Amino acid sequence: MDGLQNYTLFLLCALLPWNYFSGVVNGGMGALTGNANLIKKTAFPRQHLVLAASAALFVTFTIEMAVLLLALVVFGVNPLLWIVPTLVLMVLLAVFATGLGLVFAVANVYFRDSAHFVAIGLQVLFYATPVIYPITLVQDVSPDSLVARFHIDSLYFANPLVHYVEAFRDLLYEQAVPSLTTIAVVVGCAIASLWLGLAVFNRFSGRLAEEL
Amino acid sequence: MGDIAVETSGVSKRFRLYHERNQSLKAAFMRGRRAKFEEFWALQDIDLQIPAGKTFGLIGHNGSGKSTLLKCLAGILVPDRGSIGVHGRVSALLELGAGFHPELSGRDNVYLNGSILGMSRKQIDRQFDEIVDFAGLETFIDTPVKNYSSGMYVRLGFSVAINVDPEILMVDEVLAVGDESFQRKCMEKFADFRAQGRTVIIVSHALGTMRSMCDEVAWLDHGKLQGVGRPSDLVDEYVGASHEDRTQAPGDSTSSGGSRWGSQEITLDGAELLCDGRVTSQVSTGADVTFRLRWTAPEPVAEPVFGMAIYSLEGVHVTGPNSQDVGLSTGTVHGSGHVDVHVPTLMLTPGTYQVTAAVLDSTGTHAFDHRDRMFRFDVTAGHPRDRYGVVSLGGSWDVAVDRAPVT
Repeated sequence: MDGLQNYTLFLLCALLPWNYFSGVVNGGMGALTGNANLIKKTAFPRQHLVLAASAALFVTFTIEMAVLLLALVVFGVNPLLWIVPTLVLMVLLAVFATGLGLVFAVANVYFRDSAHFVAIGLQVLFYATPVIYPITLVQDVSPDSLVARFHIDSLYFANPLVHYVEAFRDLLYEQAVPSLTTIAVVVGCAIASLWLGLAVFNRFSGRLAEEL
Repeated sequence: MGDIAVETSGVSKRFRLYHERNQSLKAAFMRGRRAKFEEFWALQDIDLQIPAGKTFGLIGHNGSGKSTLLKCLAGILVPDRGSIGVHGRVSALLELGAGFHPELSGRDNVYLNGSILGMSRKQIDRQFDEIVDFAGLETFIDTPVKNYSSGMYVRLGFSVAINVDPEILMVDEVLAVGDESFQRKCMEKFADFRAQGRTVIIVSHALGTMRSMCDEVAWLDHGKLQGVGRPSDLVDEYVGASHEDRTQAPGDSTSSGGSRWGSQEITLDGAELLCDGRVTSQVSTGADVTFRLRWTAPEPVAEPVFGMAIYSLEGVHVTGPNSQDVGLSTGTVHGSGHVDVHVPTLMLTPGTYQVTAAVLDSTGTHAFDHRDRMFRFDVTAGHPRDRYGVVSLGGSWDVAVDRAPVT
């Protein structure tokens, strides 16, 4: 299949991962402030609250993806070969999203209005990620001038989600192996995000009970 | 479990007293800073060794850092300096609510709380009935806990905390919320824990309970450790110190004890306890003692009435003899002298008592000098050997068989 032959499938291949991502970031933000009672009165590893939010959403995500696989079969695609790589990619996305969730969870404790800014940020990110449109659209309209084109492209591709979404689409919609660059970015971002998330969280988790 | 259940060395905790706190990005950005605060050391260099298998109490006035210390031990707060070593599984019940989720039902909260305290679902399944039974909440277990009364909250929280089989139980001043019968159940549970060699760390203002329950207590004052020792000694010392704080009347430096008022036509300059002709502060039950009140009367005063009252540390007014009730005519007093109250057999049970003394006019309504909690004395075990209550009635016991078993 190519281009926009089946827009529904095309959309869902990217929309489901996107929904999961934004769900984890939002859920992570509320995980600490929403459980202030627990944090102030009992001792347990605080990151579990964010991890739990992320894990719960992952279950939903898995079910949704299973339904998508069924739909692909109905539309005459055989996705069996791509199930395992997709699962790996889902785990990588989960790691990436959870890392960011940890950062924003702490941020929301210190600045209670972070949630509003993140909501706006996610909105922008949604359109900056090729979820509802094909990535070729961006590549095609890039200006002719080489310098300008370089700027726009590097800005656009600096968004890690572009790579995650493209990887999902490659696997499920195009039934192709993502490019090496995409794989490298996806794995690298997952590790970096988790490292950052844990570092920020451990740095600030000691004072959570006082700040809440 | 080793010999030490919990040890701390040099633990200090700093809090921030906020003058301005910008909890939103907007405010922080507009004002150009996040917060303006002063530092406040809630705990300073606490070195403690809490032996395993003992019941350990923390006492101190409000704001002395007891609860902060307990939260540090429980791992909820992280000390800024020093280290804490906890050897054994901890279950902590701090403040009301104990980490319940208000929207969930009592049943769900038992599972939530149990798993936070480290139990598996199976373990909770097994203990569930016992937990609910102990809390006495069978009827309400499926009601959201936001609708619970504070007593129900505490009962459920405590019930979960003790049923998770902890090696170290930490309880903050929460049990006071429960009713009489629940408190008794808790006390029994504490006794069980002690018998099973578990460690209990408790914060309370109920000094009488602390004295009888704890093996050892630590006294905190303004975040500093004042001492660790036997409850009987330390509780008295603490009570003494808090009375001093409370009652140091302005301009009255001679007073070592409580507040003082009166028109001062006669003043009470001192009071002492004599036993075998010597001034003492410690006597035994059944001793022959004399209470001596020293007075000074710059002007002649007709028929003053001398009185004294003995209070237990818990504040029970044990007795209040006065010279008028016994029909003593004091005549006109002038100059200085003393009044003796001779008690041939002091029928007080072991403990610490406080003496209030007063001198009034003959109508008993005008105080010349009233000195509250003037001095304290200790009563140690003697004869009779009664231990409970504040007085012994000195009764004699006799066992008789009224009917022999039919053979």
